[in-house]
Amino acid sequence: MQLQSFFQQIVNALQLGSFYALIALGYSMVYGVLMLFNFAHGDVFMVGSYIGFFVSAGLLALAKTGILPLADNVMLGLVLVLTLFITMLLTSFVGMLIERIGYRPLRNAPRASAAITGLMIGIILETGNLAILGPTRLSFPALIESVSYDIGGVLVTNKKMVIVFVSIFLTLALHQFVRRTKWGMAMRAMAFDFVVVPLMGISINKIALLTFALGSALAAAAGILFGVAYPVLDPYMGILFGWKAFVAAILGGRGSILGASLAGFMLGFIEIFVAAIFPSTMRDLIAFSIILIILTFRPHGFFGEPYSAQLRL
Amino acid sequence: MLLSAENLAVSYGNIKALHGINFEVDEGEIVCIIGANGAGKSTTLWAISRLVDAEEGTSMTFAGKNLLDFPPEKVVSELGISHAPEGRRLFDNLTVKENLHLATFARKDGPEIKRDLDRVFSIFPRLEERISQKAGTLSGGEQQMLAVGRALMSARRMMLLDEPSMGLAPLLMKDVFDALRDINKEGTTILLVEQNARMALNFSQRGYVLESGSIVLEGNSSDLLVDPEVKKAYLGG
Ligand SMILES: Nc1ncnc2c1ncn2[C@@H]1O[C@H](COP(=O)(O)OP(=O)(O)O)[C@@H](O)[C@H]1O
Ligand SMILES: [Mg+2]
Repeated sequence: MQLQSFFQQIVNALQLGSFYALIALGYSMVYGVLMLFNFAHGDVFMVGSYIGFFVSAGLLALAKTGILPLADNVMLGLVLVLTLFITMLLTSFVGMLIERIGYRPLRNAPRASAAITGLMIGIILETGNLAILGPTRLSFPALIESVSYDIGGVLVTNKKMVIVFVSIFLTLALHQFVRRTKWGMAMRAMAFDFVVVPLMGISINKIALLTFALGSALAAAAGILFGVAYPVLDPYMGILFGWKAFVAAILGGRGSILGASLAGFMLGFIEIFVAAIFPSTMRDLIAFSIILIILTFRPHGFFGEPYSAQLRL
Repeated sequence: MLLSAENLAVSYGNIKALHGINFEVDEGEIVCIIGANGAGKSTTLWAISRLVDAEEGTSMTFAGKNLLDFPPEKVVSELGISHAPEGRRLFDNLTVKENLHLATFARKDGPEIKRDLDRVFSIFPRLEERISQKAGTLSGGEQQMLAVGRALMSARRMMLLDEPSMGLAPLLMKDVFDALRDINKEGTTILLVEQNARMALNFSQRGYVLESGSIVLEGNSSDLLVDPEVKKAYLGG
C-alpha cells in the first residue's frame, strides 16, 4: 500500500469508526448500568437519523425565509448545530419511552426476555417507520457544503472532520459527565451493584431513564452524522450498524465509555484496512474473525468495569 | 413510637422467611434483633427499606406514616431511614469520598451535608486519610467504617444496621460501636441486627429474638442477657 493511500484509509477509518463509537456508547452504558442488551439500539440510531431529517428540513425551510440576517454558510452551520441539539433531545425521549414501556416491566424478568423485547421493539421501529413513511428512501439534506482539502495527496473533506470531531467531543463530554457529576456517579454505582442503589436515596427508574436518554441522544448524533456522510436513509439502516456497534461495545468492556469508543474506532480501522487489502466481499468475514480472536484472549473486552459478585439481597 | 411493624410477613417464592412478626422501636432507642443464620433478620431490614415486598396483611408505620406507601429510595430520602446492609455492599469502584457523597444524592441541605461529612471524618479519621482511594482497596475494618459512615450520611432519623460487627477485629469493633453509641446520643434511633448476640444485647436497650421467621422472645436487653433460653441458644451456655 502506498503511503498516501495508507493515510487516505486512516481518514476513512476514522469516519466509519466515529459512527460505531457513538452507537457503541449507548449499548455499553445500558449494558453496564442495567445489565441489559438493548437490541433496539441500532434502530434508535435509525430513528434519530429520521428525526434529524425532519428537524433539519424544517430548520432549512425556516432559514430560507430569511428570519435571521446571516451569511449562508454561517446559517448552515447554525442549522447543523441546532439539528444536532434538537434531534438528540427528541431521540432521548424515544429512548426513555422504550425503557419505560419495553424494559421497565421486565426489570426482574429473566434477561433473555428482556433481550427479545429489544429485538421486537427494533422490528416495531423499523416496520412502524415503513408503515408511516412508506418505502421510498429519504435523502438527507446537505447540512455541510462539501469542501475537500488535499493534504499531501490525502483527501480530507470538511464533512469527515466534523464527523470525527463531533464523535470524539461527545465521547469526552459523556466521559466527563459520568466521572464528575452526581448523576454519573449514580450510574457507576448502578454498574457495580444496582440492588443497593435505592438505599442511597436514588431511584433506579430515574437512573435507567437517564441511561437510555444519554445513549439514545448519542445514537441520534450518529444518525445525523451518518445522514451527512451518506444521505440516503432507509428503515433498515440501523440493523447492521447496530450489530457492529454492539460488537464494539462488548469489545470495549462492559460499561466502559472510553473502551466502547476505542473499540468502535478499532472496528472502523479493521474494516477499512481489510477492505483495502482483500476483496471487499471478504471484509466482514475477515474483520469479525479478527474480533473473535481478540475476544478469545480478552473475554471481558478491553476495560470492563468491575461489578459485585453478589447481585441479590 | 417511631417504627412499628404488625404481622410482617415476607416470602421468597415458596420459602416463607417471616411469618407475620410484630415489633416496634421508639424514638431515640437502640433495639436489636438477634437470631441464628437464616432466621430472617436481614429480611426484616430489607422489608423496612422496601427492597423486598411484604405480604398482604402486613402493616408498617414510621412516624405515623404508612411505610408501605413509600418506594425504597423515598424511605431514605423522605423518611430518613438509612440501611447499612449485610456484607457492607460498598461501591468498590467508587472512591471513599464518592461513596459518602452518593448517600446524600437526594439531600438538598448543602451546609448540613458538609457538617455530617465532618462528623463522619471525626468519628473515623482513617476514612479522611483514604478519601481518594477506591472503596474496594480498603481493609475490611476500613470498609466497615465506610459502610457505617455512609449510612450516617443519609440517616436523618433512624439507622438500620445489619451485622456491623462481621469481620471486625475486637478492638475495631469497640471503636465502631462506641461511635454508634455517640451517634445514638445525638438523636439517631438504631435498629441493629446481629448474630453476635452478646455484643448486640450489651449495646442495646431492648431486643427481639428471631427464630425461623418468628419472634420467640422479647424484652429488655439486660433481661435477655440473663435469660436461660437465650444463654443456652445464643450466648454459649
Ligand atoms: N434473595 C433470597 N432468595 C431466596 N431466599 C432467600 C433470599 N434471601 C434470604 N432467603 C432465605 O430467607 C431466610 C431468611 O434469610 P435472612 O433474612 O437472610 O436471614 P438472616 O439475616 O437472619 O441470616 C433464609 O431461609 C434464607 O435462605
Ligand atoms: Mg443476615
